[in-house]
Amino acid sequence: MLIYILKRLGLALIVALTVSVIAFALLRASGDIATALAGEGATPESIAVIRQTYGLDRPIPVQYLSWLWDVARGDFGQSYFFRTDVAGLIFGKIGNTLILGAASLAIALALSIPLGVLAAIYSGSIIDRAVTMFSLMGQALPSFFLALALIMVFAINLRMFPASGADSWRNFVLPALTLGYYITPPFMRLVRAGMIDALNTDYVRTARAKGLPARRVVFKHALRNALVPVVGLVAVQLGLLMGGSVVVESIFALDGLGYLAYQSISYRDFPVLQGVVLLLSLAYVVLTLLSDIINAWLDPRLRAA
Amino acid sequence: MTIAISKPSRLLRNPSLVVGLAIIAAMLFVAIFAPLLAPHDPYMQDITRRAVPPVWYEKGTWDNILGTDQLGRDYLSRLIYGARVSLLIGFSVVAISGVIGTTLGLLAGYFGGRVDTFVTFIVTVRLAMPVILVALAVVALFGGSIWVVIAVLGLLKWDRFAVVVRSTTQQIRALDYIASARTAGASTAWVLLREVLPNIAPQLIVIATIEVASAILMEAALSFLGLGVQPPLPSWGLMISEAKSYMFFSFWLIAIPGTALATLVFAINLAGDGLRDLITPERS
Repeated sequence: MLIYILKRLGLALIVALTVSVIAFALLRASGDIATALAGEGATPESIAVIRQTYGLDRPIPVQYLSWLWDVARGDFGQSYFFRTDVAGLIFGKIGNTLILGAASLAIALALSIPLGVLAAIYSGSIIDRAVTMFSLMGQALPSFFLALALIMVFAINLRMFPASGADSWRNFVLPALTLGYYITPPFMRLVRAGMIDALNTDYVRTARAKGLPARRVVFKHALRNALVPVVGLVAVQLGLLMGGSVVVESIFALDGLGYLAYQSISYRDFPVLQGVVLLLSLAYVVLTLLSDIINAWLDPRLRAA
Repeated sequence: MTIAISKPSRLLRNPSLVVGLAIIAAMLFVAIFAPLLAPHDPYMQDITRRAVPPVWYEKGTWDNILGTDQLGRDYLSRLIYGARVSLLIGFSVVAISGVIGTTLGLLAGYFGGRVDTFVTFIVTVRLAMPVILVALAVVALFGGSIWVVIAVLGLLKWDRFAVVVRSTTQQIRALDYIASARTAGASTAWVLLREVLPNIAPQLIVIATIEVASAILMEAALSFLGLGVQPPLPSWGLMISEAKSYMFFSFWLIAIPGTALATLVFAINLAGDGLRDLITPERS
């Protein structure tokens, strides 16, 4: 087990370093940093001063290492647009994105677990087909179209929820509905497939043969096993969740990480974008590492891989 | 597996596939013959006829069946030309990502060992990068055009191909006919292209449909955010974005391209689902 963990940790570290090189290259590819930091109409002299102050005249590998050292200490550099440090900016906004993400995930699970279980129990029936259609529609509906439709109905016509901002819980309802519905299909498919497999296993048949009530068999025995891969999917779907939140946060002007990333791209504020990309990649690496270790702990057969 | 696909009776008993393919075929027809089908020039502005509603509204006219947009351009014509953009991008992206992902997956699955470790590593790095942010950034750097969007999505979205082809190839590699081909003196390239590839084709087709749908949605999202296809080109995502400020008075400006987009992606996913049932009959 320890060897497995060390091996996975090593791989995660190499992946994280590779991603950091890409993120570093992204900022370099975006143009001359000294000119951007100096702002519009800066004299060549002041650009030269900035180049020296920030150490931008050193060789690229040296710059990369010093940047990596700064990042490791939590210093992500300066925003061109907001003129503040990137780390502070990101941590000021991350809360809203976490709330949105958690609420969307809760909605997705609340939809996908009961529907997936129903579809699995009545596999092949009308219910199963209706659930499959619902999931296909969720995949086909562009999140921004759904968002605008929800705004039209619930913000403009019914005036139930605000269309933009992040001041109270009411601001999160429509964005969370949009994002939650958007990420529901993959969860629903996994719950359905996992349930069908679990219901066909020997121990569920044994439980049934023993005459345990059907409801107990489904919930106590089958569902628990069907949910194990769902935990892993949460980590993997972080990318989907984040991609969706860029679109959704921009539409609802919800002041979170996705909106910040979108703004930073529009303003060509690449240090901020670099920080967000790096942070998301690291979150993905850490989450998959954790889910791999948990799975290996649950299922010793996986440790050999 | 391949024999099953060619049996017409089983194909017809699969309603998902039939309906999905029918809608895709209709959209392809519209896209290919857009210049003949569009009633007006999709770029022709008419300031005197702005935001005319579709024909089923009281103020609608048969001259502009789906109305006109905020610049007075015929909405049906723009919708028809928009199908071209969506389909061109969907298929081109998958042509690129499919080649990259399949090559990586074949090599990793067939050779195993260090090659496999290396490919798994690149796939992990790719999965760790947030696609939409990288795509938005690249478009912001290089400027928006159909070709930039195709290139960036094609170079980013090969991960699913690589993962599935790798595991399928691993299973096939162990089979007898691969061993006998090798014993017969076939070169590695021959074995990969003539023995392995045809046998993973069904799985490839299923992933390709999922990926075409996903690329179409991704382009729409990029264009919606203003960092995809640029105006005045009619892309469905861009049409929704342009109509956003007029949403309150003319919601149909958003509903029409939105419905078109959802219908196309739904049809592709439906066909993909049907195909999957066809190649793995035990699932249905």
